Amino acid sequence: MSQYVKKDDDLDEEAEYSPFSGIEKGAVLQEARCFNDAQIDSRRCSQVITKLLYLLNQGETFTKTEATEVFFSVTKLFQAKDPGLRRMTYLIIKELSPSSDEVIIVTSSLMKDMNSKTDVYRANAIRVLCRITDGTLLTQIERYLKQAIVDKNPVVASAALVSGIHLLQTNPEIVKRWSNEVQEAVQSRAALVQFHALALLQQIRQNDRLAVSKLVTSLTKGTVRSPLAQCLLIRYTSQVIRESSMNGQTGDRPFYDYLEGCLRHKSEMVIFEAATAITELSGVTSRELTPAITVLQLFLSSSKPVLRFAAVRTLNKVAMTHPMAVTTCNIDMESLISDQNRSIATLAITTLLKTGNESGVDRLMKQITSFMSDIADEFKIVVVYAIRSLCLKFPLKFRTLMNFLSNILREEGGFEYKKAIVDSIVTIISDIPDAKEAGLLHLCEFIEDCEFTYLSTQILHFLGIEGPKTSDPSKYIRYIYNRVILENATVRASAVSTLAKFGAMVDSLKPRIFVLLRRCLYDNDDEVRDRATLYLNTIGGDGSVVETDKDVKGFLFGPLDLPLANLEASLKNYEPSEEPFDINSVPKEVKAQPFAEKKSAAKKPTGLGAPPVAPTSTADSYEKLLLSIPEFSSFGKLFKSSAPVELTESETEYEVNVVKHIFDQHVVFQYNCTNTIPEQLLEDVTIVVDASEAEEFEEVAPKPLKSLPYGTPGQTFVEFEKPEGVPAVGKFSNVLRFIVKEVDPSTGEAEEDGVEDEYQLEEFEVVAADYMLKVGVSNFRNAWESLGPEFERVDEYGLGPRESLKEAVSAVINLLGMQPCEGTEVVAANSRSHTCLLSGVYIGNVKVAVRLSFGVDSAKEVAMKLAVRSEDAAVSDAIHELVAN
Amino acid sequence: MVKNVLLLDSEGRRVAVKYYTDEWPTYSAKLAFERSISCKTQKTNARTEAEIVMFDDNVVVYKFIQDLHFFVTGGDCENELALATVLQGFSDAVTLLLRGNVDHGEALENLDAIFLCLDEIVDAGMILETVGNMIAGKVATHNLDDGAPLSEQTITQALATAREHLTRSLLR
Repeated sequence: MSQYVKKDDDLDEEAEYSPFSGIEKGAVLQEARCFNDAQIDSRRCSQVITKLLYLLNQGETFTKTEATEVFFSVTKLFQAKDPGLRRMTYLIIKELSPSSDEVIIVTSSLMKDMNSKTDVYRANAIRVLCRITDGTLLTQIERYLKQAIVDKNPVVASAALVSGIHLLQTNPEIVKRWSNEVQEAVQSRAALVQFHALALLQQIRQNDRLAVSKLVTSLTKGTVRSPLAQCLLIRYTSQVIRESSMNGQTGDRPFYDYLEGCLRHKSEMVIFEAATAITELSGVTSRELTPAITVLQLFLSSSKPVLRFAAVRTLNKVAMTHPMAVTTCNIDMESLISDQNRSIATLAITTLLKTGNESGVDRLMKQITSFMSDIADEFKIVVVYAIRSLCLKFPLKFRTLMNFLSNILREEGGFEYKKAIVDSIVTIISDIPDAKEAGLLHLCEFIEDCEFTYLSTQILHFLGIEGPKTSDPSKYIRYIYNRVILENATVRASAVSTLAKFGAMVDSLKPRIFVLLRRCLYDNDDEVRDRATLYLNTIGGDGSVVETDKDVKGFLFGPLDLPLANLEASLKNYEPSEEPFDINSVPKEVKAQPFAEKKSAAKKPTGLGAPPVAPTSTADSYEKLLLSIPEFSSFGKLFKSSAPVELTESETEYEVNVVKHIFDQHVVFQYNCTNTIPEQLLEDVTIVVDASEAEEFEEVAPKPLKSLPYGTPGQTFVEFEKPEGVPAVGKFSNVLRFIVKEVDPSTGEAEEDGVEDEYQLEEFEVVAADYMLKVGVSNFRNAWESLGPEFERVDEYGLGPRESLKEAVSAVINLLGMQPCEGTEVVAANSRSHTCLLSGVYIGNVKVAVRLSFGVDSAKEVAMKLAVRSEDAAVSDAIHELVAN
Repeated sequence: MVKNVLLLDSEGRRVAVKYYTDEWPTYSAKLAFERSISCKTQKTNARTEAEIVMFDDNVVVYKFIQDLHFFVTGGDCENELALATVLQGFSDAVTLLLRGNVDHGEALENLDAIFLCLDEIVDAGMILETVGNMIAGKVATHNLDDGAPLSEQTITQALATAREHLTRSLLR
């Protein structure tokens, strides 16, 4: 290889000596012409390929034509016999990833190599061919691949198996036919062949639990040669354990003995994998944990950083669920605090903070203090959060911990780190009353010299709520007013709000606060002046010292129980006029985020793609639409609009869906119709509704649609009267009636005469859930307590066999049409019981809170206990009726 | 599942790299990852034993030999020791292929061997081979003279030479 390097010698005599310096794409592409020479110079060609690979590796891209040209010349190299050159040829073909029409050119050459006598050729040809091939070609070579899987040469067998794993993603049906051969390869004597075969076999069968279970059963008894394969087997075993425990078998855990046996394996990789698997078993007992913890403890004192890291990371996870089990390792952990590798040290500290007992806290904090100065911010944040949870665990130790936090708050640090500290202090203050005064003073000192506007405003807001309730509120005023003098406009404005809160709450401070607020009237920022004026007026700044009334307190301290997005939309719609903006007109319903969007966001937390599109506000557009129709404008405020219900199959002649709009005394059905036939124009479109199964409803008037041309959706409405405030339910069947006119597709003109026609639609129901608004509460417990037990109704229901607990929970949530609170709609995998909290507002503005407890037994029979609290007994009963039916 | 295998120089510049996921979709995303990982590990001493670091929910194991820095990245649920085995295999194989002269210049001169080496260790994320000798053996076959018959025997020969070189470099 050194020849071409020497050639470049005279070009390159710099200190940084590189055979590739001054390399240029155009020149290399020029050189690549040597591939076409009649007499192939293998050495030279190898060098050129290396240069091409170097360019690709350095981020150079070839245009389509360039790549094609290189690819075609490369195919000529199959004539050469030189094995080294052949290997490089394989490599460059893979890198160029030719398009499917180009692949054909090399297919025959590669197939020839696949059947050659040289094993290295065969293995590589298989890998290249499988990488660039498509489905059709695969059927042609399938026979060879099956043979290769059971080939006696391990390199060839592995190449075929690994290719199978990749092909399974694109052509599963073909790869699944190889089961028998793969099964045979699992028994191979070659360690890595066994590993690859096991991986492929499991993936082929992953949807067949029984088959995976059988596979695991047979292999855990047999011999597995390679540590990698053993690790895979351990993973599959824990998967089988997870699934079998879900089916409710009791007694001894299957395969535990196998896992425990692996703890005595000679390879550390296997021991570690088994130990981790044991710690992750669901509902693991301390007896089961002990042997795993013991081996992990041994790893803690290993000389290899990787081993120490792996062990401490696993123990850290165990400490979250079983802190007592990890305490035995505390001595080894403490010595890791001074570990060279900062990741290990941080993990050790956080583990200790989780497992430590109350008496050890002081000593531990001393050790951490010296350590904090020489680690990066991201590690410090982890430590801060660990200290916060420790403080909540041992409230008596708050003095030590709070001091520590305030000390590190004063040191240098980035925004995220400071924010973590501030958040932690705030949490501690909220949870430990004794810590409040000290904590608030620490925060005050911090904002005296804080470069982050966001943190300053957060702290000022918090001070405004907590400060007035302390024994001596006046001592905070200085810190707050300093902000008005020294800071930027944003901070000044929030300082003004905080001052006002002190003024409203503490009557003795009022005169002094007024003086300060009046000074703010001359601020050079609008917002600051506006706020000062507003507060002076609301809390009576005209000099008279009066009791602050309840409304003002509500205004200053009450939560804004409106979703901000809704408020923003309503404000945008508001047109300046005589009529003041009415905050009650803002819809309170939380808009559901489109599900797909959430999913993609979760998948790619660091994605560089376009920012998610804001959800279109459907409720607003409905309301606007309805208000624009004079007949409906007298109905009052729209209570709720349902999601569209499809009344036709998709891809039929006419597509119709219905949206149910609920008003206090009326219900309006909005039928969205789409005509999918280009040759037709529909006119006088009406919906004939049969409400015989909906007794309480009385039809008022349908509002027909004049014309419905092809492709543009149109709306027709039918309105019903119903008793006021009553959640009337019923079933409605519908027929679409219209006059159809033929349209000449070439001119787009409709004929004069039309024919009357009908089209049967599916029926739909108005259910009680339509009268329920999804309104979330931030603190369910408070909402629950405030509703009181007066109208509480509790009952139990059997839901029969369900697919899964998760499915049952979401079915009930949908049935009730309420907003799940505090993330309780998420059911943990494998859990046998679940509690779900829901809240909503029922028609007539009745607040409702629901507590659902689910349980599932081994036969998948789901039972549910439903507890409802509301402001009205009738509503509580109505909720129960909903479920009972 | 291995996410990438990197061989960088002491300033974090690429010698040879291979990515197996689209977690870093663009060239600049890849470069940014390499720069930050190099920056993060710069001050550590990963010469005698492989070191390890958590990085954006990935586990990165790494090892430095002279001015060459070897990295292997895997997801955070990956077995750290398996990744370390891949790293060991990679650095061993490179040591064998460079006949003990593991440095930047030598690596560039034998870049073809390094590329082949990467190709033999991991195939689209799946671990192919972890034993340095075996990897080097598979790569070394082609460094023989033109037209030499390729058989099991030559692989063994190549391996023997490689091993000999290793022992020599160790004794030095």
